Amino acid sequence: MKTRRTLLKALAVASFVTFAMGSAMAADITGAGATFPFPIYAKWAEAYKKVTGIGLNYQSIGSSGGLRQIRAKTVAFGASDAPVKGEDLDKDGMVQFPAIIGGTVPVVNLDGFKPGELRVTGPVLAEMFLGKIVKWNDPKLAALNPGKTLPDQNVTIVHRADGSGTTFNWTDYLTAVSKDWADTVGKGAAVKWPAASSIGGKGNEGVAANVNRVKGALGYVEYAYVKKNGMNFLQLQNADGKYVSPDDKAFAAAAAGADWFSVPGMGISMVNAKGAESWPVSTASFILMYKNPADKAQSAEVLKFFDWAFKSGKGLAAELDYVPLPDALTAQIRSKVWTQIAK
Amino acid sequence: MEFNQQRYKRRQRSNAIGLTLSMGAMVLGLFVLIWILSVLFAKGFSALDWNMFTQSTPAPGTEGGGLANAIVGSLMMVGFSVLVSTPIGVFAGLYLAEYGDESKTAELTRFVTDIMLSAPSIVLGLFVYAIAVATVGNFSGWAGSLALSLIAVPVVVRTTENMLRLVPGSLREAAFALGAPRWKVATLVTLRAARSGVMTGLLLAVARISGETAPLLFTALNNQFFSTNMGAPMSNLPVVIFQFAMSPYDNWIRLAWGGALIITLSVLALNVIARVFFREKSAV
Amino acid sequence: MSVGAAMSSQPVFVETSNPNIAVIANRQRIQDIFFHRVTQGFSLLVLAALMGIIISLFINAWPTFQKFGFNFIWRVEWDIINEEFGAAIAIVGTLASAGIALLIAVPLAFGIALFLTETCPVWLRRPLGIAVELLAAVPSIIYGMFGLFVFAPLFADYFQVPVQNLLGSLPLVGFLFGGSTNGFGILAAGIVLAFMVLPFVAAVMRDVFEIVPPILRESAYGLGCTTWEVVRRVVLPYTQKGVIGGIMLGLGRALGETMAVTFVIGNANRMPTSLFSPGTSIASVLANEFGEAADFHLSTLFALGFLLFVITFIVLSAAKILMLRAEKAKGF
Repeated sequence: MKTRRTLLKALAVASFVTFAMGSAMAADITGAGATFPFPIYAKWAEAYKKVTGIGLNYQSIGSSGGLRQIRAKTVAFGASDAPVKGEDLDKDGMVQFPAIIGGTVPVVNLDGFKPGELRVTGPVLAEMFLGKIVKWNDPKLAALNPGKTLPDQNVTIVHRADGSGTTFNWTDYLTAVSKDWADTVGKGAAVKWPAASSIGGKGNEGVAANVNRVKGALGYVEYAYVKKNGMNFLQLQNADGKYVSPDDKAFAAAAAGADWFSVPGMGISMVNAKGAESWPVSTASFILMYKNPADKAQSAEVLKFFDWAFKSGKGLAAELDYVPLPDALTAQIRSKVWTQIAK
Repeated sequence: MEFNQQRYKRRQRSNAIGLTLSMGAMVLGLFVLIWILSVLFAKGFSALDWNMFTQSTPAPGTEGGGLANAIVGSLMMVGFSVLVSTPIGVFAGLYLAEYGDESKTAELTRFVTDIMLSAPSIVLGLFVYAIAVATVGNFSGWAGSLALSLIAVPVVVRTTENMLRLVPGSLREAAFALGAPRWKVATLVTLRAARSGVMTGLLLAVARISGETAPLLFTALNNQFFSTNMGAPMSNLPVVIFQFAMSPYDNWIRLAWGGALIITLSVLALNVIARVFFREKSAV
Repeated sequence: MSVGAAMSSQPVFVETSNPNIAVIANRQRIQDIFFHRVTQGFSLLVLAALMGIIISLFINAWPTFQKFGFNFIWRVEWDIINEEFGAAIAIVGTLASAGIALLIAVPLAFGIALFLTETCPVWLRRPLGIAVELLAAVPSIIYGMFGLFVFAPLFADYFQVPVQNLLGSLPLVGFLFGGSTNGFGILAAGIVLAFMVLPFVAAVMRDVFEIVPPILRESAYGLGCTTWEVVRRVVLPYTQKGVIGGIMLGLGRALGETMAVTFVIGNANRMPTSLFSPGTSIASVLANEFGEAADFHLSTLFALGFLLFVITFIVLSAAKILMLRAEKAKGF
């Protein structure tokens, strides 16, 4: 009885100490948002923690989630691939800057084909997503892939179940290449997917996972997910009429001609960019922060993190086939955007 | 003795059919459930290793990693929930058992408790988000614990009341006859006599909340790193399993199975302990 | 309990020549009142929690109800960009998957309960009963993972494709089996949900069957009834209310389930047109979209949560009333 009492007392003290200590420990920096850049942010965070000991807790909940959290001020920065318009930024008192560039890629689950073996054009892709092309051996697809036998499989579209900047960019591309799509669906972070046979996945991870599971699936994911999991992707025809495969050179080519400060908030669109090597669905992923943050210390830590990432994180980015921002651009970001954030 | 052979045969036949069907149902039901558990054990055990308990959740695409932060986070949140829900549940249960027959409040509380026992836990998560996250401005382990407490309290109330009612009336009347005031009879006699049953209820409540995912989705969120800060988003097993299972990374999926196995084993162990504990004491 | 009631509900004037006893008795009376109020307070806290939930949900959901009115429940629409919402898609998915789950689980649970109470050899009864109860405690995320990783692929290859080939072209029921055969969908979610609800309903039914007084059963056996007849004509009618109560408890669980369903229902905000179509349930919508919803969208999610709570509240209240009546009916 006595031992049990002392044991209980010891347990009570231990738990009290844990709770108290835990609350007094230095808080990590928190961010939330797009799943598009999650692989690289997580890699950067891991490396940054080894170097400085400060952890970046990034919750990959989708671009719309990131927007909501930063607006609710529950995180120090929000991440979104769907750029926020200049007037909305001003209304909320926020600034926006790109952190990384990558590409969204159509992925499929078809047996018997190597990654990048099959090719497709923008309009045909739009028709598949519209639900007009329902079988893989449709004549339109066969015409684009002469010499290959496409299976008699149903096409199952896999899209995002959550609000997503990746969706925004993908539908931006489909709107650009298909008038039908532009009229019926349009672009947005969460649209009404018209295809009858379609399923939703949570995050880029969920879409990738679902594509892997369903035979005949067609989805869209950020390239890092494709590369990591060795998924089967399609070549896409770009604005110059050439078929390209996705990789960081193709994304960089698309970003080469970008005029970043032409739009307030740097929220430019790079879909269907010109250039023979350009990947037509390249995107930048943006960071949102307050000009006058409630927690200035956290805000400063976030800027330190991205400063480190811009300088020392390039190798990690290239490993995952993201395109790190060129130094000229990051210098401008520091001088034009970060100076607006109160320290 | 004459009886209608035909009718008898027909009755025999329907009996045989009915019983065979019922045995078939039992076999089918058990088969499915054993299948599920064996899949869980097979995939989970192959994922269990020392790393799982020492390393934190890995970044996407990073090899290895473990579930240490998730396990600790879950333990902390469940622990705090128990701290909160035990007094509330036991006292409310005391009220229901002692004054339950003479009070409308008690009847209403019993009704409400039973409803909340089976209420959708995701709705409870919504409620806690509205009062503990949106108001404060950040996700936290406290909010997660609060959501878990909302689920645990009805369990504790119900089991406490049932256990208290099981105490023989002669025990209480003897105490009253000796001149004890009502509160002493309730706490020092009835509650003490029923304490193993109440412990059982607590264990069952813990088992119940350990596996709950939905209420933690919008309250404690998740955390990639190891943290014991309850005021910030806290990693926890069920949400980590949810996130990892839906992902395409093999090591994440492996960790998800491992985590699922840990939760299931803990829940089953708690249930077994609760039974054995109660049986031993009540045999006295 | 009545003894205690007599003790504290009336003021007691202790007549004694010993002043100490009066002091002690009065102090005890105050302590009793304090105890009464404190425990009552905690009890009221539980009540307050429920009221708080309902009120908070409703307040947060009000903008949606204001915009759409009652029509919100029947609208078939889920357009986040244009802020046109309707609960019908999610409600249909919730009801359909829960309905399928019960359709499968209830007969199986009944069979299990029957077996455990009537035909099982006595030595096996306890272990099997405990096994069923333990299985009811397994967290639902396990069933979800099982559904996603093991069940869905098998379901696609060995059920959906053959059934679609066989029955897909039949005139009246063919449409039920149309659609994509990817292993996800309403039927898949319903089946996984059935797995989850089965042990729970079986345990409740077994408990209810065991309440039947042995004398009723034995009399029936004595009259020469077969086991099946005893169950059908004696046990079931006697436990009718309890059985229905148990089924409704299972329904309440199935309606509110998030994890077991979200993994395999397909997460498509579209009205399902066949059993194989992907759909969504209220809980899945909440789980998927809550993280990002802002302003009006958020209020819509709260509205869905409110509706779900109301539906389960009604089902569970009905179950509770039935179970109470079942208990009172045991006149023996």
